[in-house]
Amino acid sequence: MISPAISLRSTVWLTLALALVSAPHVMRLPWWLSGFALLMCIWRLYLARMRLELPSRWLLMVMVAGGAAAILLQYRTLFGRDAGVALLVLMLSLKLLETRTLRDGMVLAFIGYFLVITNFLYTQSIATAAYLLVCVWLITAAMINLQQRREAAGYRTQLRTSAVLLAQSLPLMVVFFLFFPRVQGPLWGLPADAFSGISGLSDSMSPGTLNQLVLSDEVAFRAAFADGAPAASHRYWRGPVLLDFDGRTWTTTARPLRNNIELERTARAVRYTVTVEPHNRRWLFALDMPGSLPENAIINADYLMLSRTPVTSRLRYEVESWLDYRIGADASPAALNRALALPQGFNPRAVALGRQLRAQYGNGPAILDGALRFLHQQKLLYTLQPPLLGLHGVDDFLFETRSGFCEHFSSAFVVLMRAAGVPARVVTGYLGGEYNPLGGYFIVRQSDAHAWAEVWLENRGWVRVDPTNAVSPARAEGGLAAALPQGANLTRSAFVTHPVLRQIGLTLDSIANAWNQTILGHNLEMQRALLYRAGLDDTTWRTLAILLIAAALMVTAILALFTLRNRPQQDPAVVIYRAFCGKLARAGLAPREGEGPNDYAARLARARPDITSAVHAITERYVDLRYKKISIKSDTYENFANACDGFACSTLATRPA
Amino acid sequence: MLAALKTRFSDWLFLPRGPEPGAIELVQRRIYILPTRHGLCFAVLLVMMLLGAINYTLSLGFVLTFLLTALAFNAMLFTFRNLARLRVSAGRVAEVFAGEPLPMTLHLTNPDSRPRCAIGITRGPWPAGDSAYTDVPAGGTALLKIDIPTTRRGLLDPGRLTVYTQYPLGLYHAWSYVHPTVRCVVYPRPAAVGLPLPAVQAAQRGGASRRVGQDDFAGLRAYHRGDPPRHIAWKAAARGQELLTKQFSGEAARQVWLDWSQLPPRMAVEEKLSHLTRWVLDAHAQRLAYGLRIPGVQIAMAGGEAQRARCLEALALFDPPRAP
Repeated sequence: MISPAISLRSTVWLTLALALVSAPHVMRLPWWLSGFALLMCIWRLYLARMRLELPSRWLLMVMVAGGAAAILLQYRTLFGRDAGVALLVLMLSLKLLETRTLRDGMVLAFIGYFLVITNFLYTQSIATAAYLLVCVWLITAAMINLQQRREAAGYRTQLRTSAVLLAQSLPLMVVFFLFFPRVQGPLWGLPADAFSGISGLSDSMSPGTLNQLVLSDEVAFRAAFADGAPAASHRYWRGPVLLDFDGRTWTTTARPLRNNIELERTARAVRYTVTVEPHNRRWLFALDMPGSLPENAIINADYLMLSRTPVTSRLRYEVESWLDYRIGADASPAALNRALALPQGFNPRAVALGRQLRAQYGNGPAILDGALRFLHQQKLLYTLQPPLLGLHGVDDFLFETRSGFCEHFSSAFVVLMRAAGVPARVVTGYLGGEYNPLGGYFIVRQSDAHAWAEVWLENRGWVRVDPTNAVSPARAEGGLAAALPQGANLTRSAFVTHPVLRQIGLTLDSIANAWNQTILGHNLEMQRALLYRAGLDDTTWRTLAILLIAAALMVTAILALFTLRNRPQQDPAVVIYRAFCGKLARAGLAPREGEGPNDYAARLARARPDITSAVHAITERYVDLRYKKISIKSDTYENFANACDGFACSTLATRPA
Repeated sequence: MLAALKTRFSDWLFLPRGPEPGAIELVQRRIYILPTRHGLCFAVLLVMMLLGAINYTLSLGFVLTFLLTALAFNAMLFTFRNLARLRVSAGRVAEVFAGEPLPMTLHLTNPDSRPRCAIGITRGPWPAGDSAYTDVPAGGTALLKIDIPTTRRGLLDPGRLTVYTQYPLGLYHAWSYVHPTVRCVVYPRPAAVGLPLPAVQAAQRGGASRRVGQDDFAGLRAYHRGDPPRHIAWKAAARGQELLTKQFSGEAARQVWLDWSQLPPRMAVEEKLSHLTRWVLDAHAQRLAYGLRIPGVQIAMAGGEAQRARCLEALALFDPPRAP
């Protein structure tokens, strides 16, 4: 089977469509590859324009090998998400240079569709979806162009046909989307870099970790409260609890799991739903202190909620928290000892200060107050750009630089407490969040990341203490922007204070949230909920499959009826003339098969000389309307129809005896 | 056994109808549709995309996969619709000599208000090198030309042709078989180097064989297809009469009988026809008046395009008498 050559127009179309699909990857690809791909596009268009020969197969082979080697050097692998996309873009740009025939063009279009899906590996925002929908539209139009088999085909028809095809595909797509049984991925091992580049809290904390994170405007999670949100000073979203300190970095190792939650509650629970963005870690955020566990979640000894697998896709869960609680009152001595350990030979001045506090105050609560008072007196500065610290980081912070961010405050405070013999630990997480009145939920961003401390007091268990509050009480109440001095380098959302901009931002976020919840978050549970609402509680995959097939058949049938219905093209003149012929037929003078209007008129003239003039007038008019390029006015057909009607009433009735 | 079953199955499926007269409407029962190789590749692509979407839990990956799946379903309807209800009728075919391709024209009429794009024709079941394409405007007509190879003289049945389309996406191949009734006369292949023409006789005055030339106007006769346009009596035509051809006679006209018996008796029948064809062409080129005598057929002395066509057709359709 010979594949016909493709036209210049098709080449241009395909090249442009594919360049558009690849465009979002440009920022993520190494600069040399983006430049190379662009160069190949330009080269291909130049060759097509000048009608020159495409480069030889050998040259292309060399370029494939060279490009693959360069990608291997860049990424140290040819597999995985980033290297895979790089390889795909390389192959696509080179395939462009050996695109001669229709078959090559189809292959390019298919690769283009595949590139669309690779974009979703990085972002699934509304803007991306809209942009890529346009790309799909253009690729489809390019495919139609390929099939047009004509050089001089305009672009409008293809674009319109493509739009119609896609628009008519939407109902079937919705059916598939709603009812196609969702299998929980992954089916096979994901490459190591599948979810890299996702920012969020980590399981360690050293000076500088958090103040980097809070520069990010990305959403960490969104939370919607069932009935009334707690006050800002209570919105401590619990994250990793850090126990071990090596003098510079706080870390935590695998902590044992709890079988049940032992929580002494003293007030009513707060119920809320959290939709957490993928962060590729297992922890699930909840307000201090989670009292119930969502499905498929576990909780560890430090009351940190965990998912069974890393959160690699947006996850929605419902949870209950008690804002007044008591935990760990009966903590084991071993656990408390671990919360007292300090590395030898670090921060001697802080350790000495801690011992002095112990000697001065004696019991836990008093030491705690003394330490907070000390922090307050030191006139510490809360800043996003703390100076660099030396080997004895806590000493440097407390006595030399005296400026730091929440990780410095919590770290120094816990060191002081441990030195004073009070078990203490660092808790990281998020504090606060911005309320979106449109969607009725809180947006918690990476810029809300925070670190605080928990100390263990006799009879009270683990008590939350936020040392940052001692210095900058505004942090808990008004968020980061309020706590920092004017003009601090802040992220966009925290900086935007103009009410209109803020309103627009919140509107966009509530749309994004709706998108996340309904489109991106569509999963087996939502399918079940949907069917349950429709009165079907038996939601096995078999039910879904049957529903899917039935609905798909129905939609296809409707579509087929719509698409294939008969829409004959009728020249109004033909309709009128046919009516005229029908009248003559009733008089026994039907036109013969294949008889033209003039011949028919001539025959009528012989058969019925009495109506000759009328027949000739109508025939002449009909021939003019049908076959001559005459200007047709709004009443042209009306006049013609009137003439034919008149013929029936007056002329034909006077039939000769 | 298997082959027989296959034939029966394909007969049941494709309903061999033989030549059909007049316009053939491509009704739904006549149209077959199958995915093309590209369509199958597209299906594989969709499966890959679905697996990717499941593996990475990409909601928009699902959306895209389902959109393209729906697109593929929809494209099937579009491809089918692009062919359905077209009317195909065969146009007049020119006469050719055996060995030359016979240019055949099909008229495609689109009764619908939607234009049809990229309607192809081929002699084989699948698109091949001989494929030709055309678009048919809404409510309009378009021509599709295809060359039928000829090998033998005589009446040629162009055979079953495949009218097909893969528009809009090339994922499906919708086709219909048409076998229009056309009268195609294939003339014998003219001998490459002809024997010299038989002796040319000077016209006898008042003889039975009229000399036909271009010098003196001799009268009018009814127009035959193939008469040179400059001999048509245009003035008469302008008055609304039927077409007439002017006839001329002249002193210079010479005439020749092209006779079967003038050829060597041991020459094969086809070879004889081949030489006679060459003679007819040569005599025509020299503007002679000529007559043709072959067993069972005698064509009177005449000249011009019409005579050429008459003689060549007689040679093309010559049926040698059975040996007793």
